[in-house]
Amino acid sequence: MTDVTTNTSVEAAEGEARFGDYVALLKPRVMSLVVFTALVGLLVAPATVDPMIGFTAILFIALGGGASGALNMWYDADIDRVMRRTAKRPVPAGKVTAGEALSLGLWLSAISVAMLGLATNWLAAGLLAFTIFFYAVIYTMWLKRATPQNIVIGGAAGAFPPMIGWVAATGSISLEAVLMFGLIFMWTPPHFWALALFMKSDYHEAKVPMLTVTHGRAETRRQILIYTVLLVPVALGLGFTSVAGPVYLAAALVLNAIFLKGAWDIWRRDEETAQADSYATEKRVFRFSLYYLFLHFGALLIDAGLRSWGGA
Amino acid sequence: MPITETHDLHKRRLGRNIGVALSLVGFAAIVFGLTVAKIREGASMEAFDHQPRVSVTPPVESGQ
Repeated sequence: MTDVTTNTSVEAAEGEARFGDYVALLKPRVMSLVVFTALVGLLVAPATVDPMIGFTAILFIALGGGASGALNMWYDADIDRVMRRTAKRPVPAGKVTAGEALSLGLWLSAISVAMLGLATNWLAAGLLAFTIFFYAVIYTMWLKRATPQNIVIGGAAGAFPPMIGWVAATGSISLEAVLMFGLIFMWTPPHFWALALFMKSDYHEAKVPMLTVTHGRAETRRQILIYTVLLVPVALGLGFTSVAGPVYLAAALVLNAIFLKGAWDIWRRDEETAQADSYATEKRVFRFSLYYLFLHFGALLIDAGLRSWGGA
Repeated sequence: MPITETHDLHKRRLGRNIGVALSLVGFAAIVFGLTVAKIREGASMEAFDHQPRVSVTPPVESGQ
């Protein structure tokens, strides 16, 4: 008998992963955006929510988002293995089996939808279920590998959390919730494509039709400008609804002017100029896009605080 | 090799067990807290149980 083994497979053995590997399946960084935007949707809604019920709602909206991340990692393990950026994810790295990721995703989906329904209302739970379905099936299984507009339509999944937070508090969908959805939905393409321009990615090897690969970088620059122009009226329109106030309106004016200028600058540049300064403008606009979304929702929160303080 | 020696596998298993235990305790705490919050909000503490009871029937609108 010997200790020497001939099993050199890199496939994960079931039950050998660390707890942190399962947490990584839930895409914690994406969850932080889900938590923040859902929290704002819940807090700015014209309804009083018990803190415990509010906490439970946000927790299970976040877990639902995490569940869709696990389902995404289960299905996309083949392309994640090919791309450098994703090769260290738990499934392609061989830490967690694809079956475990699927199982975790399905169970967390069921638990989060059921708990959100019991804690708040079934419309919010239905929206969460639809979001998980949209991200896991419509985006991951279908659009991502089929069309260069994948990021546009797939962005809807990331746009639902503030609407779910709002519906959890009020029990209904209103214009404010739709505009908060629209803000993230329209923001996603310029945000992501700005990143795609300077990140030397290997989507081509993975056979994922990214706009930069299928239609070229000049067209991607044009699309960034188009979507930013379409984003501005949505962002400013939200400023004239009941959830916004002077802080949001002032912030939206400044932020949209800067973002529009950035998109214009990206459109005016060609690849040679961009390469000469190591994509400085694209990197600047991408970084700014992160602050753009955070500050819009932060301003909504400040206005809600001012309203409740003024009304107290 | 003594069988009591701790292998990396045991550490991972322990970490996983602690993680699962904490998750379950957290879940139980949330269900308890949610129940308290629902009752504080005035949710019904009784449900239909095969016997018609006045306390769980919806109030009849007056003037009909």
